[in-house]
Amino acid sequence: MKLFKNLLKSPSFVLGMVLFLGTLLVALFGPLVMHVDTANRVGLAYAAPSADHWLGTDHLGIDMVSRLVRGLRSSLYVGFLAGTVATVVGTLIGLYGGYKGGLIDDLLTVGTNLFLVIPSLIVLILLSSSIENGRSLTLIALIIGCTTWTWSARAVRAQSSSLRGRDHVALARINGYGTLGIVLLHIMPYLLSYIFMVFILQTATGILSEASISMLGLGPYDSISLGNILNDAIKNEALTDGAWWAFMPAVVLITVIVFALYIINTSLEGVFNPRLRK
Amino acid sequence: MLKNYPALKHILGRAGWYFVTFLVAVTINFFLPRLGDANPVNAMMAKASAGLDSASAKEKEEQYLKEFGLVQVDDQGKVEHDAQGRPVRTSLASQFFKYVGMSLRGDLGGSILQHPKRVSEIIKTALPWTLTLQLPTIIFGWFIGNILGALAAYKRGAFDKLMYPLALLASAIPAFCFGILLKYVLSIRLEWFPAAGGYDDGMMQELSRAFVASASYYYILPFFSVFLIVVGGQAIGMRSMCIYELGTDYVKYAKLLGVKENKILYYMFRNAMLPQLTGLALALGTMVGGALITEIIFSYPGLGMAILTAIEGNDYPLITGCTLLITICVLAANFSVDILVGFLDPRIRAAQQTGK
Repeated sequence: MKLFKNLLKSPSFVLGMVLFLGTLLVALFGPLVMHVDTANRVGLAYAAPSADHWLGTDHLGIDMVSRLVRGLRSSLYVGFLAGTVATVVGTLIGLYGGYKGGLIDDLLTVGTNLFLVIPSLIVLILLSSSIENGRSLTLIALIIGCTTWTWSARAVRAQSSSLRGRDHVALARINGYGTLGIVLLHIMPYLLSYIFMVFILQTATGILSEASISMLGLGPYDSISLGNILNDAIKNEALTDGAWWAFMPAVVLITVIVFALYIINTSLEGVFNPRLRK
Repeated sequence: MLKNYPALKHILGRAGWYFVTFLVAVTINFFLPRLGDANPVNAMMAKASAGLDSASAKEKEEQYLKEFGLVQVDDQGKVEHDAQGRPVRTSLASQFFKYVGMSLRGDLGGSILQHPKRVSEIIKTALPWTLTLQLPTIIFGWFIGNILGALAAYKRGAFDKLMYPLALLASAIPAFCFGILLKYVLSIRLEWFPAAGGYDDGMMQELSRAFVASASYYYILPFFSVFLIVVGGQAIGMRSMCIYELGTDYVKYAKLLGVKENKILYYMFRNAMLPQLTGLALALGTMVGGALITEIIFSYPGLGMAILTAIEGNDYPLITGCTLLITICVLAANFSVDILVGFLDPRIRAAQQTGK
């Protein structure tokens, strides 16, 4: 509770939360409150914003506000799913390697470092371009999660190996806990705040990765995402036509979500890590 | 023998490690595209078989299969057939070893989209553009970001209050969003800068004064859309490193001893710089990825554009060629940073000298 009070005192945390919860609310309840239609044309291509269509239409004449609400939903979904996968994979590898030490740890560290220097966007491009049919939103999120876990594994490993010599871990071992039990019940609880921050950053990475891969034309075929909206706008000359409503809102949304997640993360760091506080 | 040359030993060790990483990258480049349902020969046939009867289509397919090393070829260079008259496929393993051998020789296969052209030729024209865009942005961005971050941490006050939120914002904006903004405002609306391409239409790529002038003019916007973001990210990192260093005992002790402020600042900067350099090595992959997307936004004639056209045309050899080359560049940059850290970090230097 005291932790929460401390957090509310930090203006960047409040700002980040307001921005993030705002986009989350629009994504969750937008389709309930307003009429969302991304299948039918409602006007000419790149029709300017009007009273009926606040943000005009896209290159096909489809309402932009509807597309943005759908895109926001998909992007947040990709972010959460990819973030969860990357955090779980990275945390498990990091916790296990850090606790075990020895040969297993060495192997896991070498593997992590290998994939840390090979750019994840490259692996993402190779994997997505090999899947021609069925590149769904969920599959893309899973692929992103499986390519971006490396730095969280590295970060968690460092923390976990610093805890392995603690007395309570030795006691747990004497009491007959297995490796998995020790790692999950006696090491992970100490790192929960840390893992939560890793999750926030991994979510931001997931949203950015989806946008990047969509801009390369490797986005999901089955849904509208913020990256897809940008890709459509650039491919169909929205920039040169001066149709700012076709790309600017998506640019602002991506930036706002990522910025909100970043400042939430930095303010959490300030609260969890007292050394950084002034 | 190597014991007498600890620095050399360190370099060789790292070189060995990066060679293994390179082999893993080649393996990934070979196997990942073959995991899914996409097949380069099918993609080529879809384009080439139009207007051909079935016999000549079959011949064409065999020719492509041969070109990609997907079928067994006998001594006369003819495709081998089994009892049913179907071409005999080569095993994945022998394909793989052939691919590794070719990659090591610098041969990345033939492009599908620009058919007789080799992938290495296409990459050769694109690579200089990507390197001139990315190397200076990342190196200058790193230096300027670190200086600004250290100043903000040391001076605090108004400078810090202004710089910190700006740097935070700059580091949080994705490079491609910032690129779109710059392009729309500065080149489409205000028409100050060219909107797309790397040089004026109709110019030859040569080292003439007119060409360099034109290329530099087109360079400004893509440069700044990556540069400012690198500066922001590095400044944030350096600022918190320096704030941490300012609270350490050695700084307090030096202050109590009355050591000159500049000298303390120098010590602090040196200590805070090392993690920043290691951080640079880790962030390189992300930065390069972001810059590739920026190239696409400005239709800059580098590897990012090459990948985009390759993806749009299902040009698999070109996709894997570009990804392999980008990976090699990132590995080379990482290797240089590693060696540099080895020379700068007194702990590693000490370990080298004691021959550990």
